[in-house]
Amino acid sequence: MPQGDHIDLHRKRHGYRPDYFERKRKKDAREVHKKAAFAQKALGIKGKMYAKKRYSEKATLKKTLAMHSERTNRHKADDQVQDGAVPAYLLDREQTARAKVLSNTIKQKRKEKAGKWEVPLPKVRPIAEDEMFRVLRTGKRKTKQWKRMVTKVTFVGPGFTRKPPKYERFIRPMGLRFTKAHVTHPELKCTFNLDIIGVKKNPNGPMYTSMGVITKGTIIEVNVSELGLVTPAGKVVWGKYAQVTNNPENDGCINGVLLV
Amino acid sequence: MGTNPLAIPANNIICSLTDPEGRSLGAPLDLPQDAGPKELYLLINTLLQNEEKLPYAFYINDKELLGSLGAHLLQNRVSVEQVLQIVYQPQAVFRIKPVTRCSASIPGHSEAVLSVQFSPDSRMLASGSGDTTVRFWDIYTQTPLFTCTGHKNWVLCIAWSPDGKMLVSGSKDGELRLWEPTTGKAIGNPLTGHKKWITAVSWEPAHLQSPSRRFASASKDGDIRIWDTTLHKTVMCLTGHTLAVTCVKWGGEGFIYSSSQDCTIKVWETTSGKLIRELKGHGHWVNTLALSTEYVLRTGAFDHTGKQFNSAEEMKQAALVRYKAAKGNSQERLVSGSDDFTMFLWEPGTSKQPKARMTGHQQLVNHVYFSPDGRWVASASFDKSVKLWDGYSGKFIATFRGHVGPVYQISWSADSRLLVSGSKDSTMKMWDMRTQKLREDLPGHADEVFAVDWSADGEKVASGGRDRVLKLWMS
Repeated sequence: MPQGDHIDLHRKRHGYRPDYFERKRKKDAREVHKKAAFAQKALGIKGKMYAKKRYSEKATLKKTLAMHSERTNRHKADDQVQDGAVPAYLLDREQTARAKVLSNTIKQKRKEKAGKWEVPLPKVRPIAEDEMFRVLRTGKRKTKQWKRMVTKVTFVGPGFTRKPPKYERFIRPMGLRFTKAHVTHPELKCTFNLDIIGVKKNPNGPMYTSMGVITKGTIIEVNVSELGLVTPAGKVVWGKYAQVTNNPENDGCINGVLLV
Repeated sequence: MGTNPLAIPANNIICSLTDPEGRSLGAPLDLPQDAGPKELYLLINTLLQNEEKLPYAFYINDKELLGSLGAHLLQNRVSVEQVLQIVYQPQAVFRIKPVTRCSASIPGHSEAVLSVQFSPDSRMLASGSGDTTVRFWDIYTQTPLFTCTGHKNWVLCIAWSPDGKMLVSGSKDGELRLWEPTTGKAIGNPLTGHKKWITAVSWEPAHLQSPSRRFASASKDGDIRIWDTTLHKTVMCLTGHTLAVTCVKWGGEGFIYSSSQDCTIKVWETTSGKLIRELKGHGHWVNTLALSTEYVLRTGAFDHTGKQFNSAEEMKQAALVRYKAAKGNSQERLVSGSDDFTMFLWEPGTSKQPKARMTGHQQLVNHVYFSPDGRWVASASFDKSVKLWDGYSGKFIATFRGHVGPVYQISWSADSRLLVSGSKDSTMKMWDMRTQKLREDLPGHADEVFAVDWSADGEKVASGGRDRVLKLWMS
């Protein structure tokens, strides 16, 4: 038997004293006065600590009482007028969060002309030429080293035809050519698989832009006709810019964020 | 000989003129092949013995006759060996000019505009919005007139009484309020009774009761209540639907049609409140209803001439005349559009079985609307297209494509020649019935267009949407 159970054991064997409950009741009643007397007499740090403890006890007591009386309280009908009013025919339908229609296209056109956009990735790691190209040895004795193979993902476009192999300096392997990108709309927060129309700007240099190399941070133009966007003038938008956010040569896919 | 070798022999074609319901006018006629719409127009006016020459449109196998008979037959390779059926359709005498520009964008609402309606006499415009107010607008100065506060939640539906003296608005907390349009004040206390939001409101037609007293309201809680505005309380409560009632229409013969999410349409009798028929057939929620005489019932005694009436009796008589003219000899037809991508054409007065099933949409049908002369039905769907169907047989006629987002609402012009549609892609488009193509693009809204309405006199189109601005369009 554990050491401290002798009280319980005695109670089980012999029961309580006849006046136990009355004495207990009276003692508890006196406790309140004793506590109050102590709180008033205690001085210094001891008093402060005790007062703090009593205050926190009082606060929790009040909260539990309020919670219990919630059941009997009557509340005014909840008439919160919510945002996002929709007409009756749309009320029972779950609609995906709608993005605002394109803002002023003139402003956008001006920004595009200047070549400056607010992009999600303003700075990207610079890529050196020896990382971008791999030297290919060609010729009968494999001594010529003027050909280069691009090691990053490229986009070539539908009408692309290779230059004659004898004169081709830069080789873009077919395995690294992609036509689609997974583009996320920043406000709708959903991702669409959209066709790439072209590479607008590669931050590593204009040579890479003209070659169509897609690395992290490249701005590409994607076909957004399936999103159903319309300009304020009523024209349908079918192309928008997006910035690539992953390293496509490592992942095997192009992920991007739409620039709205 | 006397014949000119260069003259093309004038072959005659045996034709029989039939009216849109299929009844033929008389014996078959022998017409020369160079007869065109003008000659047929003179012919038909004499045959029908019209005092005033009314305009008609002629159709052969559902294609409009535009040139001479011979040319049309050659083009469409119609055989001349059988008697040719030419269907003639009376057209509205007046012609509405197409609306081209936005004459005003009136801000005022602080939340999305959910419903817009012109009064039956086209003098006033009311709109209900998510900011819990109903606003009256002055069309001529294009400024706000009154702002009616009182509702505690979004104002979902508004409806003008057919005599234009009252406006009722229903809100998301199930309350209906009556407003006086000339002063902007509420008439009496709010009408409570519904437990959930109001989905549709429909007044009793003017030819059955003038001045307008009763209207029916449908709610998400599944019942339809008929209210009396003078007694200011519910007169009848039509229960029976198990799910939300999406649309309610008060017909011209004293029946009420209601469609619900439980895939059924119920026909009720207004004097006793009894259920007469239940029209089953749809596979999913029935979203919308359209009656062939709906336009006339909504406008009551008023028409494009803008005549004013002095007494209620006069109005009732005029409304009855207009109703009889619009109804003709045929029964009242009903078209219902549903989430199962199809629509049914019913003749509820005759049978429980649908007359025709109209399939073709690739997404749910949100709004169907009969043209004011009852010839055509237009349906707006979430598949970005508007389809045109024949109002008598339910046959498919044409699709209007051009929107890039779900089409929410449509509205006809009073002469049934033009149709305007508002969509989620924030544009409105106007379609021409004669060419069955896009007539005019009406861009300008900054966000989704929730409600469109064309005034009964055909002068203006009003539209409202999520960008909180009310736009008025004129020609």
